[in-house]
Amino acid sequence: MNRLDIQKTYKLYIGGKFPRTESGRYYPINNRKGNLIANVCLATRKDFRNAVVAARKAQSSWAKMSALNKGQILYRIAEMLEGRKEQFIAELIVQGETTKNARAEVSTSIDRLVYYAGWSDKYQQIFSAVNPVASPHFNFSNPEPVGVVSMIAPEKQGLLGLVSVMAPAIVGGNATIILASETKPLSAISFAEVLNSSDVPGGVVNILTGKKEELISHMASHMDVNAIVYCGNDEKHIKMISELASTNVKRTIFYRRNDWTHVECESPYFIEKLQEIKTTWHPVLV
Amino acid sequence: MLPDLNNLPVYDQTGVNERIQRFCSRSIKTSSKTAGLKLAISMIDLTTLEGKDTKGKVRQLCYKAMHPHDSIKDLPTVAAICVYPSYVSTAKKALQGSDIKVASVSTAFPSGQSSLEAKLTETKFAVEQGADEIDMVISRGQFLAGNYQYVFDEIASVKEACGQAHLKVILETGELDTLDNVRKASEIAMFAGADFIKTSTGKIQPAATMQVTYVMLDAIQDFYLRTGKMIGIKPAGGISTAKIALQYLVILNEVLGEKWMNKNYFRFGASSLVNDILMQLVKTETGMYQSPIYFSKD
Amino acid sequence: MRNHDTDTTFKASWKYSEAPESTSHVQIKKQYDLYIDGNFVKPVKGKYFDTINPSNDQKIARVAEATAEDVDIAVKAARKAFKSWSNLSGRERGKYVFRIARLFQERAREFAVIESLDGGKPIRESRDIDIPLAANHFFYYAGWADKLLYAFPNRNPKPIGVAGQIIPWNFPLLMAAWKLAPALATGNTVVLKPAETTPLTALKLAELIQQSGLPKGVVNIITGAGETGASIVNHPDVDKIAFTGSTAVGKYIQKATAGTHKKLTLELGGKGANIIFEDAAIDQAVEGIIDAIFFNQGHVCCAGSRLFVQESVADLVIRKLKHRMESLIIGDPLDKNTDIGAINSKKQLETIQNYIAIGLKEGAEIYQPKCELPKKGNWLAPTLFLNVSQSHKIVQEEIFGPVLAIQTFRTIDEVIEKANNTPYGLSAGVWTQKGSRIFHLTQNLNAGVVWANTFNKFDPTSPFGGYKESGFGREGGLHGLKPYLKFE
Repeated sequence: MNRLDIQKTYKLYIGGKFPRTESGRYYPINNRKGNLIANVCLATRKDFRNAVVAARKAQSSWAKMSALNKGQILYRIAEMLEGRKEQFIAELIVQGETTKNARAEVSTSIDRLVYYAGWSDKYQQIFSAVNPVASPHFNFSNPEPVGVVSMIAPEKQGLLGLVSVMAPAIVGGNATIILASETKPLSAISFAEVLNSSDVPGGVVNILTGKKEELISHMASHMDVNAIVYCGNDEKHIKMISELASTNVKRTIFYRRNDWTHVECESPYFIEKLQEIKTTWHPVLV
Repeated sequence: MLPDLNNLPVYDQTGVNERIQRFCSRSIKTSSKTAGLKLAISMIDLTTLEGKDTKGKVRQLCYKAMHPHDSIKDLPTVAAICVYPSYVSTAKKALQGSDIKVASVSTAFPSGQSSLEAKLTETKFAVEQGADEIDMVISRGQFLAGNYQYVFDEIASVKEACGQAHLKVILETGELDTLDNVRKASEIAMFAGADFIKTSTGKIQPAATMQVTYVMLDAIQDFYLRTGKMIGIKPAGGISTAKIALQYLVILNEVLGEKWMNKNYFRFGASSLVNDILMQLVKTETGMYQSPIYFSKD
Repeated sequence: MRNHDTDTTFKASWKYSEAPESTSHVQIKKQYDLYIDGNFVKPVKGKYFDTINPSNDQKIARVAEATAEDVDIAVKAARKAFKSWSNLSGRERGKYVFRIARLFQERAREFAVIESLDGGKPIRESRDIDIPLAANHFFYYAGWADKLLYAFPNRNPKPIGVAGQIIPWNFPLLMAAWKLAPALATGNTVVLKPAETTPLTALKLAELIQQSGLPKGVVNIITGAGETGASIVNHPDVDKIAFTGSTAVGKYIQKATAGTHKKLTLELGGKGANIIFEDAAIDQAVEGIIDAIFFNQGHVCCAGSRLFVQESVADLVIRKLKHRMESLIIGDPLDKNTDIGAINSKKQLETIQNYIAIGLKEGAEIYQPKCELPKKGNWLAPTLFLNVSQSHKIVQEEIFGPVLAIQTFRTIDEVIEKANNTPYGLSAGVWTQKGSRIFHLTQNLNAGVVWANTFNKFDPTSPFGGYKESGFGREGGLHGLKPYLKFE
């Protein structure tokens, strides 16, 4: 006798919990044949607002966690993902990827997490400086996280895209609110389960599913968000985000590439983009 | 009683240097400059502290003290003559009729390395000889070893031995290592009964610097705010030009104000400073730069 | 008002002289044109405006007002020059910048005098701080020109193109140096606009650049007010905007450049917290407070305009601060004794006075030392506001003048929270002798520059710039190269 599958309810991931959208709205994700795979939450600006609150609350203690610890947590995410590899591959295939691409995407995602895990206690040394000032002072500059970052994840690669922008943000001590790929959101929510089981403190990564058109303006204008990362090449979106970002001098980062597979899509410069440089002075004469 | 030395203000040399730089860039009005230079003369403790000192040398110095340069009108006399105890009576006699004080160094000057008993005996001797002021040295060794109570008690005992004579306490800042120590030593000296605190013996380099003077002025101000008692200050050693003397007065002025701008509360311990000031005064009067050969060296 | 009865007699009897810096060696023309493509040219529309000495209201010179047409000509000149300038070897580019640095040093005193004449800042500061720092800035970046591959290994750094640079009136020449030196060293060409109240030193700099033999069009210096600035920002062929100024204008620029290819760096306003702990070197801290808020009449984006004093030493610090303020000399900017000069413009004076009125209305306690202010010109006594709280407007908003808002605190967490409780994040000061406390504070204060046991120090090698609404991008040091480069 055939057993009836248990279907997953895809919810949002906010503050380490999986709530439904406060609005109760959803949108359907169908497979290529047009059959329903899942109903996905259509997050609202209120969900986004709640996520910002969660992110803000989590950010400073996350940033203060030792670099070693953050690196190990990122590595732990990779471990968890590795263990659930087949599930993610299947999920990508259901959403329309070829088997080959799906396998590659999951492997690259895992490797990318390991890559950034390794950077956790190194990028500081790349971007810091001791500055030889002319006066009798000791002076140094070091990177610090920009704070709370809202991110619009790449559309095409539902898992790899999200991992590629999330990892450099959080390894740098930021907390994020990520809007998942609108058309391929399932991996994002499954990935939230991975995050939730891998020691990432709640609130450091918050994942929403929903419509860009509805959410981007709030993600760009929220006064308690320090930076916004937009992946995509809709110039209207880019212009609107830049304009709204000016209300609190938000940092804006735009990634126009579609494909996040290549090795150039990982580097410490992705971390650097979400860092501030702080310079400290102290006299040296006793 | 020994004050609490744990909560003293501390100093940061970079910051103090910056402040001093600002004082030194003040430009002083010509008329004020003349007044300032005359004031500086009136604050000088004209000093000879050498093994080869003789009565004759001391008498000459006393004459110079009373008549720094007769061709300049309204020139004040210096504040005091500063000598070893054995020349106090000579100086006292030579200065009769003037109000110039006789200051005597004491307490095994300059090293201070002797017994307390010997130091008290020496102090009493100097006072008996007629010294109006005693310039004692602190025991730097004890201070650096952390025996603050010892240093305090010693100053207090010398103060008692001084009787009516004023006590100037030489911290010998050149041996105290840090500005924080200068502050600490100032504090000990003031609470132990010093009337003046003095930077240096002149026998150790560096002698007076504007940095340590500034720290001592700061200590004096805090002491004044706390107790209402005005303590004097005497930078000594290495102050040899009129320009530097004026810069010290600027610092005094801006930190403590005019109440301290007189010989009761400020002295320069110096020997060659007088002539440089005189040259400067004559230059101001005549507009011509001067040569040292026209000024008596005593 | 003067507590120390002694000070009055001192001031009466023992005066500092008026020691004005000589202006005889300074050459200022009656009229300045726009410096475009290596020549001084008249503005297309033929309009000029006066630049005024803020210390006596006298007109110093007439200065051309560039309109959109002039901006276009300047941008075209810069575009034309970009190709050969960016292809010139780094070594050669660097030599030009070195040469500018040297010429600068030779004429340092002249520049200092003009800076004080035009902007009202004390000659002590323009002579000892602004001008030497500006020259050193050129020196520092000159040396980078042929070493960029070591600054950014494996990244193939390339210049961006034509940079539009808009600078403020508080450090006219120093800001010009901060903008020009890295832009030139990295191979960009420039259209620079100084502020309308302080255009003279930038125009003198144009003369110097002309003498230096820098290829035509590499640096274009045009004058005008906000509208001229807007024309630069909105010009389609400008690739990079670097702006230093108010947060309001910064936001406008960020919005205006939205959706364009223009790269942007902003160095905006601040409301720096200066925090004094009970174990601080109190006297240096007091001096630090003075430097933090009265340096350059408080016209400093990174000024320590919010003072936080630990309660246990608050009385002492405030008493010492008041006493110290008594010896501040306010007056002729050209006088070497002057500590505090003239407020930069009538408009700025009104802004500050308005804030003082607000402070009084909000019930804060004011303190100003008694000082005679000159009759003519824009003057303001250094001002303290005591007993203020976080919700006061004078605590929240940037006043950009010699006005200090003083609060007390008890615990370290409390002061960190208050210090960060502002949209700005440019600077902060910490005064304590305890090492761990310094590092705790520097790690927890959201500010781009933290001065520990010092304040308002600058150096060409030291990156400067803000968090949050104080802007983005860094100027100075290796980090200051990045905003002028693109990477492949």
